[in-house]
Amino acid sequence: MLSGWGRFPRADCAVVMPETPEAVAAVLAAGSWVARGNGRAYGDAALNADGVVSTARLSHLLAFDAASGVLTCEAGVLLGDITDALLPRGWFVRVTPGTRFVSVGGMIASDVHGKNHHGAGSFGDCLQWVELVLPDGRLLRASREVEPELFAATCGGMGLTGVIVRAAFGLQRVESSRIRQRTLRAADLECALAIFEAEQGATYSVAWIDGLATGARLGRSVVHLGEHARADELPAGAAPFARAVARRPGVPVDFPALALSWPTVKAFNEAVYRFSAVGERLVDLDPYFYPLDAVPGWNRIYGKRGFVQYQCVLPLAESAVGLRRLLTAIAASGGASFLAVLKRMGPASFGMLSFPMEGYTLAMDFPATADNLALLARLDAITAEHGGRVYLSKDACTSAAAVARGYPKLEAFRAVRQRFGLAGRITSMMSRRLEL
Amino acid sequence: MGDIKQPVLIIAAGSDIGAALAQGYGARGCALILTAREPAALATLASDIELRHGVSVTVAACDVTATDADGFFDALGVVPGTVVMVAGLLGEQAKAASDSAHADLIMASNYDGPVRFLLAAARRMTGGTIIGISSVAGDRGRASNFVYGSAKAGFSAFLSGLRNAHAKTGLHVMTVKPGFVATKMTAGMDLPPLLTALPKAVAAAIINAQLRGRDVIYVKSLWWLIMLIIRHIPETVFKRLSL
Repeated sequence: MLSGWGRFPRADCAVVMPETPEAVAAVLAAGSWVARGNGRAYGDAALNADGVVSTARLSHLLAFDAASGVLTCEAGVLLGDITDALLPRGWFVRVTPGTRFVSVGGMIASDVHGKNHHGAGSFGDCLQWVELVLPDGRLLRASREVEPELFAATCGGMGLTGVIVRAAFGLQRVESSRIRQRTLRAADLECALAIFEAEQGATYSVAWIDGLATGARLGRSVVHLGEHARADELPAGAAPFARAVARRPGVPVDFPALALSWPTVKAFNEAVYRFSAVGERLVDLDPYFYPLDAVPGWNRIYGKRGFVQYQCVLPLAESAVGLRRLLTAIAASGGASFLAVLKRMGPASFGMLSFPMEGYTLAMDFPATADNLALLARLDAITAEHGGRVYLSKDACTSAAAVARGYPKLEAFRAVRQRFGLAGRITSMMSRRLEL
Repeated sequence: MGDIKQPVLIIAAGSDIGAALAQGYGARGCALILTAREPAALATLASDIELRHGVSVTVAACDVTATDADGFFDALGVVPGTVVMVAGLLGEQAKAASDSAHADLIMASNYDGPVRFLLAAARRMTGGTIIGISSVAGDRGRASNFVYGSAKAGFSAFLSGLRNAHAKTGLHVMTVKPGFVATKMTAGMDLPPLLTALPKAVAAAIINAQLRGRDVIYVKSLWWLIMLIIRHIPETVFKRLSL
């Protein structure tokens, strides 16, 4: 049985692991397939009962130009491998999502964003080109100059524009493996939004938000700002690119439902809000960007029924009102959520199904219960009323109508799928569910 | 703890175990010479290791069943400090039983070829380590794979003798019996998880054993016990079993 990171839904899928782009072409010659990187999309984006093409064996770094900072690699390479190989030489990806266990293909297909989206844009913005294997056997390179429509459809295209096999993208120079983190407490939503607006100059910004707080405390948050620490900001004698190798225990079994009941999460959130160390300090890059990676298999804490993540973005003008409505609905439902994140986003990218837009994004996890799925439908309605959209990489249960409303370039995306012979040949449970 | 002499020559580096070994030695900073029948197939592995570990990687063509062993080593221009023989072919027992050419290929890939190459290596090496990837299948012939198993048995005996012959010269010879490994060669087989190792774990066990100067290793130690029992089953009983 295969599933996304949320372990909901699950499906029996035949998986093949080709080693070369030529082998991928042979696989795609007949049938319906979807590519799968490291299975970090939460829902059904990389599930297809007809066939799944794993890029696990397409995992080689191919070339790195130390003058321009452009890395060429295969699609199955994991972000963490890139960091391990190039951070010691002073290079780091320009855009990183919240886990180092994503594949390069997955980052492109999701057009991932990071805590620096307001300044750096999404992953597609640092992508130079991508090579795709199409069902007709062609290996096509797409970029802003060559096959620009296919390129725009591929960035954020949920793997539905062919199997991504290789890509080239720019990295940024950094002077250390440390982040200078500044932490601020926001007593309510307005206060949190004011901090984000005032701190647009910060390279990285993200807020942990208490999804269970109500009334005057609605939206209370702890905002973390960050800058790459310069070499001269490190303690004397510190190795600039040293990284702690922490081996923490994973989550070996599915937690019982009680572990995430309302009182435990309420207590947890209270503790996080009160005891987060406010002020400035140096932190390692790994815990700063990837706090949950420290707990292998953390997706099991939601028990064997799995969980869903709701992540939406609202346009800037609608954010204050829309977020208040979303948080009120979430708090009223009592659907417990540890991971709740609020983030200011910059302008939308060129990807046809790219998620970000100028405004605010809110992300929360919910155990996949019937009550919570009903809540998500209510949240969808609020998001739509305020002109927002949901993040397909996190989604397992939104509707085709909601996606059509939230993604104005969906028709153009479908046209690309038709033109390149992808419709019906590159499909996922998600593409069928949402008519992508 | 011993040391790893460089460069490390991995024969058949395109296999899953070979590629994992190349990554493992590369991570330790060893210069590498990798071979495959089609060296172009190693281009991505070579660039990957160079980028990840900053070590030099040389790629050479080698088919242990066809390439002239002495000519191969002379052309390298350097005497390897460590030689790992990963080449091998599981083949199909049923096909081998009816098709002599297939049987020949299994014997050549698992015994003749590897032996010729390791003899040629030993003639040149004055120290360092020779590592042969043999198999638990060589510990006792079984109906399901005895052409492969007997070739591996011969290879294990060869490694044992080579180790004996060089015990006083400083050339260390190590025999590796991996047991089940989840690789391309075993893809589609229903392997018991407790007895099945990942290529990465096999590589780590081999490098670790080399550093400790081990002579014979079973990658998963449970295999040592299983093969001890299997070797000691009386033949009158064993011949009736289906293992």
